[in-house]
Amino acid sequence: MTTTTISTQNLCRNYGSHTAVRDINLQLQRGEVLGLLGPNGAGKTTTMRMLTGNLAPSAGSIEICGVDLLDKPQEAKARLGFLPEIPPLYQDMTVDEFLLFAARLHRISKPKIHTALGDVKQRCGLEDRGRYLIGTLSKGFQQRVGIAQAIIHDPDVIILDEPTVGLDPNQMREIRKLIRELGVSSSVILSTHILSEVESICDRVQIMHKGSVVFDQTMAELQRQGTSLEMVFTQLTQ
Amino acid sequence: MIVTIIRKELNMLFTSPLAWILLALIQLILTWAFLGRLDAFLEIQAQLLQIENPPGVTETIISPVFAMAAIVFLMVTPLLSMRLLAEERRNHTLTLLMSAPISMADIIMGKFLGLMIFFAMIIALIVALCMSLLLGGAIDFGLLLSNTLGLLLVAACFSALGLYISSLTAQPVIAAIGALGVLLGLWVIDLAAGETNQWLHFISLLKHFERFNQGLIDTLSIAYFILFMTTFLILTIHRLDGERLHG
Repeated sequence: MTTTTISTQNLCRNYGSHTAVRDINLQLQRGEVLGLLGPNGAGKTTTMRMLTGNLAPSAGSIEICGVDLLDKPQEAKARLGFLPEIPPLYQDMTVDEFLLFAARLHRISKPKIHTALGDVKQRCGLEDRGRYLIGTLSKGFQQRVGIAQAIIHDPDVIILDEPTVGLDPNQMREIRKLIRELGVSSSVILSTHILSEVESICDRVQIMHKGSVVFDQTMAELQRQGTSLEMVFTQLTQ
Repeated sequence: MIVTIIRKELNMLFTSPLAWILLALIQLILTWAFLGRLDAFLEIQAQLLQIENPPGVTETIISPVFAMAAIVFLMVTPLLSMRLLAEERRNHTLTLLMSAPISMADIIMGKFLGLMIFFAMIIALIVALCMSLLLGGAIDFGLLLSNTLGLLLVAACFSALGLYISSLTAQPVIAAIGALGVLLGLWVIDLAAGETNQWLHFISLLKHFERFNQGLIDTLSIAYFILFMTTFLILTIHRLDGERLHG
């Protein structure tokens, strides 16, 4: 079954006279992992913040599973999971407390809440960290808690802003595996600077430069043409 | 959804030592004032009996304690309200709330009510303190009620203002100093106004509280408190919405 989970039309965002993002048209199917690439300041984070309702677009529309994000923000946001660049964690809470709060915030009903918590902890490898204070965890574990927070309510669209920054190679591999798994049942958008990451986990790649999408192709097509992502990236963004 | 936010706020408040220290300090200060007044009352009791229609125990002990409590709240509110939004912003956790399926009004009301529950606890302790006078005689429950109501409303106004100032910055300390400055300003206006500038008295929160303190439940004052509180809550919601719109 292929259904569109997220679609945007002519998404624009201006800061004063400066245009940060212009004319983003995005269609994503269930089970697709989209890699968002681009040099710093290309507008990746701005796009992601708009997609998650943290920033209002200057023009254009966003639909999450057919629900307009601007018209019915709460209904649309219930289907979204978001991990921002800096994971939003309360340092004084334990992992369990924090995840339960995130679950309640995302309206998981009371009877299901503890199964959801157990599930997500198992998926993110946090089983034995439930009682730890978030502030005492290492960067890698904090990142996992951040991801757990984004997926605890089983969202249709998962948006991850640089999820593997600051992780060691083993942790990176685990997180990538997790993202791959998530991409089976949901749509995932992830931004990154690591080209090999995109090559290994994404179905599709978009490259942004100066606020516009300059490249949009499936990985399969890219492989068929035999062009390397790095070459395309340097050509388009230099 | 509001309940989720309230629970989280109270949870955060009571895991930090700040709340406990403040609870203990406030109780210490007010009990001290209470005992001081009680002592004074016992000393002049004999003389009071000689005048016609003498002031009762409620007027001489409880009212001054509540007046003192209002001043203490004025000092304490900035400490409690500073972290509400400023810290969320500094720790980048505001994003979590904003991307969750919850309206801005729910977030703000949850934070506000969480703080109000804390204040209600302090007020309950003060009322319990006053109730201890029942051991020695009768107290005027009407006056106690008007004082309790007044203190609750004044605390609500302080909290709403503190919450708004906390939404303006990412630095809790600046939020605290800002809120304290504005609250002190509102107090001093009353002292500075004197008899000539009557309208200045109208702005002062504590002047309105004085009426409740004397046992007068004045609809004008209630209206002023509610207006003050709603204004700042709406401004806070507006401010956060604006952030989403303007970046």
